[in-house]
Amino acid sequence: MISKIKLAPWLATIGLFVFWELVCRLFSVPEFILPAPSAAIAAMIEYWPAIWQNAFYTFWVTMVGFALAVVFGLALGLVTGASAIVYSAIYPLLVGFNSIPKVAIVPVLVVWFGIGTIPAILTAFTISFFPIVVNVATGLATLEPELKDVLRSLGARKIDILLKVGVPRSMPYFFASLKVAVTLAFVGTVISETVAGNAGMGHLMLTASSSFRVPLVFAGLLVIAAMGVGMYVVFVLVERRFVGWAFRGGDSG
Amino acid sequence: MTAFVELEQVTMTYGGPGPDTVPAVADASLTIKQGEFIAMVGPSGCGKSSLLKIVSGLMPADKGITRVGGELVTRPLTMVGMAFQNATLLPWRTTLENVLLPLEVSRAHRGSFRRKKAEHLETARALLKTVGLEGYEDHAPYELSGGMQQRASLCRSLIHAPDLLLLDEPFAALDAFTREELWGVLQDLWMQRKFTVILVTHDLREAVYLADRVYVVSKRPGRIVYERPIPLARPRTLESTFDQDFVDLVHKLRDHIGEVRAS
Repeated sequence: MISKIKLAPWLATIGLFVFWELVCRLFSVPEFILPAPSAAIAAMIEYWPAIWQNAFYTFWVTMVGFALAVVFGLALGLVTGASAIVYSAIYPLLVGFNSIPKVAIVPVLVVWFGIGTIPAILTAFTISFFPIVVNVATGLATLEPELKDVLRSLGARKIDILLKVGVPRSMPYFFASLKVAVTLAFVGTVISETVAGNAGMGHLMLTASSSFRVPLVFAGLLVIAAMGVGMYVVFVLVERRFVGWAFRGGDSG
Repeated sequence: MTAFVELEQVTMTYGGPGPDTVPAVADASLTIKQGEFIAMVGPSGCGKSSLLKIVSGLMPADKGITRVGGELVTRPLTMVGMAFQNATLLPWRTTLENVLLPLEVSRAHRGSFRRKKAEHLETARALLKTVGLEGYEDHAPYELSGGMQQRASLCRSLIHAPDLLLLDEPFAALDAFTREELWGVLQDLWMQRKFTVILVTHDLREAVYLADRVYVVSKRPGRIVYERPIPLARPRTLESTFDQDFVDLVHKLRDHIGEVRAS
């Protein structure tokens, strides 16, 4: 059973690529509309030096933006979740801010910081910040009332309740949010690179599509997806390592 | 033996008194002696739990006087042990670490926790042994059965040797056999240490088995409508729950609960 479950994602992925390849070949889809995966992979090999360079750039920009989001998201989440007043004051602002399409703020960032790395980092940061804050705040704010009573009836200080119970309790929420946030961070970086970049995967794909090198565009999409999946897996492992207790002695325990 | 917990004409309404609100507790008066084991029984939603919150100072009463240990209760008491229907153990801590929590955070102990850690560990291990959890010290809560979790929760509520133990239906979620077994565990602990206990329950046999005195609380607004001493000899055993005296007491309480429910 377990081996089937482990095999399933690989089979599904391979199946999708085979299906895609077949559709392209059977219906003779022109390469500039939808290149077959084989063409995308051929482009990947052909342009590998450029892809590698830009992918590496996108990766580290994303990681810087994501790291900022983790630090500030965790901090703001803790403050928001620990205080009902801060929670009710800040939450509407956060939701409002999150509703703004990030592509719309890239031009503003460019006005402030110029074209290049900083707008990309900040876009990655703003897009991945929200789920972290919300998750950490939720984890803190949903402390069981009975547990709160137990602690208050011991004369526990607020800081003790926060550090000994609130923070550990919100950690599963935090690590769950990292998995989502890291994939969003790639979205943010690529948006910024596409709208206003001079390097990175977004820039590469924009350049490629403007010269109708569509297989290269798809090669770029595949690389971005692979980086996203890779980082997702990394944070699944991190989650298992740090909050395995939250999985109730499943296969991690 | 002096009065340890005193309530005089206490009334409490959630969200404060108002013209349309029904108080959770109305005109409740009771006196509990030091070291006494009290049970409160009544229909569900009758304000029994609210009485515990008033005694512990977690919730202020609108009217009336609450005294614990001779002092007026105006804010949460700091040396109380509490246990609930949910064991509320912290899932990231081992059983032993869960039991130690009150010593880490309580006002009386937190300053010296590190210094006395070895001593505390010994106390906690000994306590876990008394409730039959020897060998489970390093297990995570999810590895324990419901009954074992509740034993650990009892240990947590007693580790700091509180003078007052407040129990809110601690055995309600357990199966009948485990529940009866834990009556014995709780009785043993109480007989060794003689802390004062207020047990809220809707199980009349549980009340008669454990308590020195049983109060019957009416449905909302919760009033104390009947008080019954339980003069049975200790230690009480499961065998003794089939004795005529025991059964008669349960019957008598049963009648009063029936009246309360019908009213």
